[in-house]
Amino acid sequence: MAEIELKTAPADFRFPTTNQTRHCFTRYIEYHKCLNAKGEDAAECQKFARYYRSLCPVEWVERWNEQRENGTFPGPL
Amino acid sequence: MIEVFLEWRFLTIAPCDAAEPWQLGSQDAATPIMQGIIDLHHDIFFFLILIFVFVSRMLVRALWHFHEQKNPIPQRIVHGTTIEIIRTIFPSIIPMFIAIPSFALLYSMDEVVVDPAITIKAIGHQWYRSYEYSDYNSSDEQSLTFDSYTIPEDDPELGQSRLLEVDNRVVVPAKTHLRMIVTPADVPHSWAVPSSGVKCDAVPGRSNQTSILVQREGVYYGQCSEIRGTNHAFTIVVEAVPLKDYGSRVSNQFILQTN
Ligand SMILES: [Cu+2]
Repeated sequence: MAEIELKTAPADFRFPTTNQTRHCFTRYIEYHKCLNAKGEDAAECQKFARYYRSLCPVEWVERWNEQRENGTFPGPL
Repeated sequence: MIEVFLEWRFLTIAPCDAAEPWQLGSQDAATPIMQGIIDLHHDIFFFLILIFVFVSRMLVRALWHFHEQKNPIPQRIVHGTTIEIIRTIFPSIIPMFIAIPSFALLYSMDEVVVDPAITIKAIGHQWYRSYEYSDYNSSDEQSLTFDSYTIPEDDPELGQSRLLEVDNRVVVPAKTHLRMIVTPADVPHSWAVPSSGVKCDAVPGRSNQTSILVQREGVYYGQCSEIRGTNHAFTIVVEAVPLKDYGSRVSNQFILQTN
């Protein structure tokens, strides 16, 4: 990993405000919806994963992953 | 004498993009936003001086001419069309000249025009700050995360600013559009770097974004701007490096962490 590619989640017109909480949450949901629809190892879902990892604090993602395992995730999946 | 002067110059200039003792003005701008803020300040100051001189003149004149013996009877003017038109029109035009550049600047700060190249997350903790560079992750567990602690009062090295230097600086590339995601893990914080013109509140359970375009390489100092107990003024140090060095700086740190 000597050369890194400068790429991150693009600016999304759905979330033009300073508050990006929903942006992160939506990308997380989009990723898991994509996995459910296209199978666990669909390559086209990986971009959503990159987006939510860029936008969401690690702590949030850990908590959501835990909630999904326990079946208590509050979002629509 | 000359030594005292040199020492004073040195002490005040050495940190460059940090606050100076007895500083009255802004720090040098490092981003277009900060340049805009400074320009707006100067624009408004023009009107401020204009109004100040005019009002002082009227006030001093009134006090000077109101005299018990010399002018025992004050003038009894109750109406004057010309003066009333002038003193209505001008005070309504001046705020317009202030408001137009002010709103232009305000909306340009919010606007995310281009897609950012890098997202950096600044997570506020009560007595330190952690930063996450997660653009290059391939799993949820793996992430370039590091903590940034202020160097305590009793151990700064020579040349470091007291209670302003940190152990791990945030490394960012210069001349690149950055997205800062600001959120705390405990109490409210505020991520502020004066020379970048950035002050972004960190509110628990919410993530705020602010975009930065650092125009020159350098080390920029800031402090947490939310009062929340002892040692609250937590330091933020941003180091802007040339884009070609950024990759190696980050990947070195990444290799250190993942191994
Ligand atoms: Cu803080």
